Amino acid sequence: MLRLEKRPSPSRFWQAATPVLAVILTMIAGGIMFWILGKNPFEAIRTIFWDPLFNPDFAAYSRPQLLVKAAPLILIAIGLSLGFRAGIWNIGAEGQYIMGAICGAAAGLAVYPVESRLIFPVMVLAGALGGLVWAMIPALLKTVFRTNEILVSLLLVYVAQDILAMMALGALKNPEGQGFPGSRNLGQIPAMANPELIAGTGMHWGVMAAFMAVIAAYILLQRHILGFHIKLAGQAPRAARFAGVNPAALVVLCFAISGALAGLAGVFEVTGPAGQITIDFNVGYGFTAIIVAFLGRLNPIGILFAGLLMALTYIGGELAQFMLGLPSAAIQAFQGMLLFFLLGTDLLANYRIRWAKREVV
Amino acid sequence: MTIGPELLRVEGVTKAYPGVVANSDVSFSIAEGEVHALLGENGAGKSTLVKMIYGLVRPDAGRMTLRGQAYAPAKPGQARAAGVAMVFQHFSLFEALNVAENVALGMENPPPMRELAGRITEVSKAYGLPLDPSRMVGDLSAGERQRVEIIRCLLQDPKLLIMDEPTSVLTPQEVEILFRTLRQLASEGTAILYISHKLEEIRTLCDAATILRRGKVVATCTPRERTAREMAELMVGAVLTPPARSGVTKGAVALQVSGLSVASPIPFGTTLKDVSFAVRKGEVLGIAGVAGNGQDELLLALSGELKSGPGAVQIAGAAMGDKGPADRRRAGLVAAPEERLGHAAAPDMSLVENALLSGAVRQGLTRRGFIDWPATEHFAAGIVKDFDVRTPGTHVAARALSGGNLQKFVVGRELSQSPSVIVINQPTWGVDASAAAAIRQAILDRAASGAAVVVISQDLDELLEIADSFAALNGGRLTVPRPVEGLSIDEIGLMMGGAHGMEVAHHAV
Repeated sequence: MLRLEKRPSPSRFWQAATPVLAVILTMIAGGIMFWILGKNPFEAIRTIFWDPLFNPDFAAYSRPQLLVKAAPLILIAIGLSLGFRAGIWNIGAEGQYIMGAICGAAAGLAVYPVESRLIFPVMVLAGALGGLVWAMIPALLKTVFRTNEILVSLLLVYVAQDILAMMALGALKNPEGQGFPGSRNLGQIPAMANPELIAGTGMHWGVMAAFMAVIAAYILLQRHILGFHIKLAGQAPRAARFAGVNPAALVVLCFAISGALAGLAGVFEVTGPAGQITIDFNVGYGFTAIIVAFLGRLNPIGILFAGLLMALTYIGGELAQFMLGLPSAAIQAFQGMLLFFLLGTDLLANYRIRWAKREVV
Repeated sequence: MTIGPELLRVEGVTKAYPGVVANSDVSFSIAEGEVHALLGENGAGKSTLVKMIYGLVRPDAGRMTLRGQAYAPAKPGQARAAGVAMVFQHFSLFEALNVAENVALGMENPPPMRELAGRITEVSKAYGLPLDPSRMVGDLSAGERQRVEIIRCLLQDPKLLIMDEPTSVLTPQEVEILFRTLRQLASEGTAILYISHKLEEIRTLCDAATILRRGKVVATCTPRERTAREMAELMVGAVLTPPARSGVTKGAVALQVSGLSVASPIPFGTTLKDVSFAVRKGEVLGIAGVAGNGQDELLLALSGELKSGPGAVQIAGAAMGDKGPADRRRAGLVAAPEERLGHAAAPDMSLVENALLSGAVRQGLTRRGFIDWPATEHFAAGIVKDFDVRTPGTHVAARALSGGNLQKFVVGRELSQSPSVIVINQPTWGVDASAAAAIRQAILDRAASGAAVVVISQDLDELLEIADSFAALNGGRLTVPRPVEGLSIDEIGLMMGGAHGMEVAHHAV
């Protein structure tokens, strides 16, 4: 019979090895699924993981897409990971991302057609603030009325989506758009655009922000007392109170950081790759970032790689849909397997598995 | 005392766990009607030994005989069937059920409830352990809960009753009641295996003692013929020096608590009601009380985890009642909670990180919020060295340490911060005798150098050994502190709340 035995200290080897093991298991299980769907599993896996980066026919397009898709995931996941470490569950990053995009775009469009170098920084600030304020709703409801932050933050996503639709059809609609829903194309307004900084790389300001967030979070968690308190609150809440951590302040702070970063991701997206506020502007980065945060073991460096990997499965998944005719649900199931195996193998870091005879209790 | 023929014989029993030999070639025997003490420090192997007798653990080697027959219980049910019963240190009772229902849950074939209730009343009368079968266990005191466990055992008419540290939750009067019951049982021929490290108790109660050290039998003796000191030294294997008290004159009031009333944040907790006391520099105030009478809440209210009115807690004259733990540490107060893992220390964090946990403020381990890890490591290594914490290093997770070693680390961490006020709940809980002596000495040393100390403990001997003044918590209220000198055990018992109105029981029998 299999028996789990708690390790005296978490295994450092398995902490590093479980993500790799999870990816391998996902490839195996996903391959079987693709095979059942009547596709060549090796071709499918290759199309997802290899072709976007190295196939000469697609790489020129899909390689820059890697950074474009990974940046918002990393930016949001970094913010979420701080809260998750502290046991504070912000599930509504998607809503904060939407609100960031709306506030950022609105700040710019309010002064259209004024041209100034200050407009873009102001938009970025407005985006961060929009996400932060939206995140304050669950945070304050939790600290003042003890509501469940998971539910409130999640449900606010749907509110944000309705506000998005309202904006795309109303206040932010392009007056010169012949009645089509959607705002002006911010990418074509020089003062508001977030262009590719180096041609052909996909590098834009959002990517820079994501890298900076990774570094800042790393320093915060390794060297700063606040990062220590965040970890402490998650691992041993009563010890955190003993250490002098104010739980309410920590909730507000973690929501503020994750909300602001999600808002930033939103504003960089709307001014860059997306270009405009539309009804279906959001594509689920806020939710996928939750997976990215855990795939990266809530560790900033891990999240950097997890974001890139997740972006790859997105791009590769699209490619597989296009090239092999795989249904999009199969791609989503494939991504779900990744999270499943990651959480499953996570156990190995804290437990060792032993074969044991059945003992009579 | 009539000691009959041999009941249980244990011969050469050995049990090894990965990395530690819990019992090595242990032999002893117990006769019918004998009260036999199993004595040893924490980790000496007492628990493993009785678990083998009770069928919870199987020995690797050796054999046991019960009334001359080979005895190897594979599970507690078999042990019970053979007439072996055990009262555990930690009760396994459901608070939301009544006494009879709890007793029924522990029986293989419980009789109908009404019949069972009748038998409970019968047994409880016969043994001077009054207990109403229809009362909710949640409403019972610790002593009464223990009676539920004992009666559950007695209903099985045991030949051998194992008691694991039974007096740790009792007031002196309740201990007296328990002992009378145990003596009565012994006189009726029941053998009692009594596990404890409280030597005076063993001297008054037990006929024979087997002393274990590091899994081996190091001595057997007749407790009445030995002094407590002699037995302690056999147990520890070293000569013990009692803590030295210096007669320093007490200084100004360092900690003043006045009219402190706070609701408990703990479910089923105890609300503190109008608690007032003052501790002067160099003074040790001992606070006694049966567990669950507000000790945890008092520690929280003093450490700053539980806030009160500003004036309710004053440190060196400054109102701190509404300030959090960090501010109070800055003002010179350190605190060591009772629960080591999860409260005083984070289980999965290293000792270095745990040193930072409460040491950051007073030790200056951060600069503008950035952690000085080398200084923190140095601080942690200092604690490990000064307080003899047995650990492979400072980067080990706290949960990898044994309870006693972690306790030394936690107490050491607080005492190493040159505090002016020290609050400790259960300073030597789960610590072996020599380490306990070292911790008590360290506390007295801090007091001698001018710290005001509040020690909350359930160990009366400990309090009487180190405290200058004494108070007791009872239902969230604190008695007026009195000087320890000239205080009798009976007075202490009354301060702790008597025996919950049960003293009359034995007189009636």
